[in-house]
Amino acid sequence: MAELEVRDLSFRYGAKQALDKVSFALPKATFCALLGPNGAGKSTLVSLLTRLLVSPEGQVVVAGHDMARAPRRALAHLGVVFQQPTLDLNLTVRQNMRYFAALHGLPRKGLDGRIDAALDRLGMAERAGEKAADLNGGHRRRMELARALLHRPRVLLLDEPTVGLDAAARAAIVGHVHDLARDGLCVLWTTHLTDEVRDGDHLLVLHRGRILADGVSRDIRGEMPLSDWFLSRTEVVA
Amino acid sequence: MSGLWGVARAIMGREFLRFVHQRERFLAALVRPLVWLLVFAAGFRAALGLSIIPPYQTYITYETYIVPGLCAMVLLFNGMQSSLSLVYDREMGSMRLLLTSPYPRGWLLFCRLFGATLISVLQVYAFLGIAALFEITMPVWGYVAVLPGLILGGLMLGALGLVLSSFIKQLENFAGVMNFVIFPMFFLSSALYPLWKMRESSELLHDICAFNPFTHVVELIRFLLYLQMNWQALAWVVGSTVLLGAVALWAYDPSRALMKRKG
Repeated sequence: MAELEVRDLSFRYGAKQALDKVSFALPKATFCALLGPNGAGKSTLVSLLTRLLVSPEGQVVVAGHDMARAPRRALAHLGVVFQQPTLDLNLTVRQNMRYFAALHGLPRKGLDGRIDAALDRLGMAERAGEKAADLNGGHRRRMELARALLHRPRVLLLDEPTVGLDAAARAAIVGHVHDLARDGLCVLWTTHLTDEVRDGDHLLVLHRGRILADGVSRDIRGEMPLSDWFLSRTEVVA
Repeated sequence: MSGLWGVARAIMGREFLRFVHQRERFLAALVRPLVWLLVFAAGFRAALGLSIIPPYQTYITYETYIVPGLCAMVLLFNGMQSSLSLVYDREMGSMRLLLTSPYPRGWLLFCRLFGATLISVLQVYAFLGIAALFEITMPVWGYVAVLPGLILGGLMLGALGLVLSSFIKQLENFAGVMNFVIFPMFFLSSALYPLWKMRESSELLHDICAFNPFTHVVELIRFLLYLQMNWQALAWVVGSTVLLGAVALWAYDPSRALMKRKG
């Protein structure tokens, strides 16, 4: 059974068609890279998957719950790391985590232990008392990732999470998220950087609001490096 | 239910922490009405003659007259400040975090509104306390009776801020909107002069003032401070709060929330 399923999802901004009958299904323990050039419709898709936007056409199902009919249950199973930072810089790491926990209705009993475990997993335990403003970009991202996992979601959605990070921080976060997928999480990772996609990853290529390719990365790219394959497909179509 | 309360506590707690971190905002919120009270009112005391009008039962000083208007001014500026911070939250991304909570969006927005209102009310009491130090006082029980009026007025003006924030695309556009909202609302109201005074100079301006919901916030506060109820003002404020709340909810509907910025 698919943990994240999108069926015939379309969306328009006025006359402009942003997404056109997008469909895919991702099972658990999957790292799926959603690759697309700028303007492909990735942000629109993320907004629809997180219910920041609602489309009258198509369906989004998270962990078996329809986003339109049961948004609370669907959102409860979804962890999100947005492209834009969403930390309150005036609060400490722990205060940010507590705020998020309350927004997701997590019980206060045992919460600190849960926060410590989530931070520890990402090597952030010793920074719990620091203000978010004092963290560097890589640590802020890791904290956002730890926070997105706090309510133990079944699906993790990351929208270009490595934007603005240096090479080391980028590699670390890509590695962490692959580990999470290996441990059973269904991950959808949007990016326009082909070097973040591993050969065994599930790959979705989005261009001009349509899915160009859906399968395992190595099967899609064939003999070509993924970057060349991606450029050839998106530039030719462009 | 405990989840709903937990969300409310967290959102209001965050508003309070944010307020504590912005001490200059608290200072500005206090200094602004005090300047009006201690400087403007002193200058205008001689120029403006006031007759005895309800809820007053005797002649009052001009300083006493403008206190309710200045309380409402604190609520108005805070409502707009809250709206500004909503636009900031949207630009900084933390609005996304709030709106992707599994709890009902209306509840999340209400908690945000109520938290900001409670902070406004605290500031109003701080202002009333300082005014009392300058011997501008109200009946003792009036300070208690005015509390629901302050909360209601704060909610109404906060809801207005919420509506404005949904229509403001970028932070830079905010100053213009402030000028077109705060100043007309404040000056075209009974905050600084009674409506009968306005009628003496212009019937049209009087009518605009009478239709301005801010006038009714001022009058509700004025009457409650003197332990009286102005039912007409109450009806206006409740009606405006419901209407503005409904528009805010519509504006923050997920099927339109991001449309405007793309379209």
